[in-house]
Amino acid sequence: MQRQTLDALLRARDEKRAVVLATRLRDGIEKLIYPSENIEETWLIEPVSQVVKSDKSRTVEGPDGEWFLNVFNPPLRLILVGAVHIAQPLARMAGDLGYDVAVIDPREAFASEERFPGVRLVRSWPDEAMAELAPDARTAVVTLTHDPKLDDPALQVALKAPCFYIGSLGSKKTHAARLERLTAAGFDEATLARIHGPVGLAIGARSPAEIAVSILAEMTARLRT
Amino acid sequence: MSETFTDDQVLEQAAAWLAGGHKVALATVIETWGSAPRPVGSQLVIRDDTAFTGSVSGGCIEGDVITRALDLMERDAPEILEYGVSDAMAWEVGLACGGRIRVLVEPVKGV
Repeated sequence: MQRQTLDALLRARDEKRAVVLATRLRDGIEKLIYPSENIEETWLIEPVSQVVKSDKSRTVEGPDGEWFLNVFNPPLRLILVGAVHIAQPLARMAGDLGYDVAVIDPREAFASEERFPGVRLVRSWPDEAMAELAPDARTAVVTLTHDPKLDDPALQVALKAPCFYIGSLGSKKTHAARLERLTAAGFDEATLARIHGPVGLAIGARSPAEIAVSILAEMTARLRT
Repeated sequence: MSETFTDDQVLEQAAAWLAGGHKVALATVIETWGSAPRPVGSQLVIRDDTAFTGSVSGGCIEGDVITRALDLMERDAPEILEYGVSDAMAWEVGLACGGRIRVLVEPVKGV
């Protein structure tokens, strides 16, 4: 690998931009391909789009030998609504899993740097904050406040977006009431079925850290299976 | 969250070691068959004094990959290594899980 190729890969990651590194296996010749730009080599268009979409690198047979396409997608994102206790271990552990974490909470006492060192904090109202963060198919959204005034507006944005995972903390009873409110707001049953509530896998989690494990396990299952 | 470590940080580590004046090689899983321990695209970075970070398997073949990587740090061309099932009773390098993998090993060149 050339040093400038390495620098370009790191730059793309800083800019949260997808890039594919194509390496000809015979001699190590490299091409950097940005899916957002025009691709000159027509034979690469389809395989590049396929590795970016599937997030799976692979080898392809080109006109001049075998190439390896290594995809570097921007990190998966996790948006947490509510800078509550559970959000602290959840944000930390999600970082280890490679997620780029943002925490939304308009309450400044909750969303403080001290409680969330190094985490992106968005201190505006959840509907505004969610519109700003623009969740996509590589984003998970988890609401944690139990407060309909904060959780519901965030869920309404998440349900209209292609997020791969939506979770909502709260008991069965809380969740039933939530579904009633969202139904009244015009969401149909199939759409509401996207919300995982009560959130997380049933592993008997009790502490905030254990609940974080159960949520991250369920998110991983949605992502990978 | 600077303490976190995903595959991405392998490249960051490579850049940091190069900046520190070291020679560096990169190993990447390019193909797997059967039950391979790490997915395609997984990377291992090797420093000229045998320090390494990341992985291309569950630890079964790293030792061999590192030895080969140190050999080719001076060369220009990449090398492709293949590993298959090992005989657990013999002193042979391979994958205990029964999979087969291909690994691209290449020096990082230029300043």
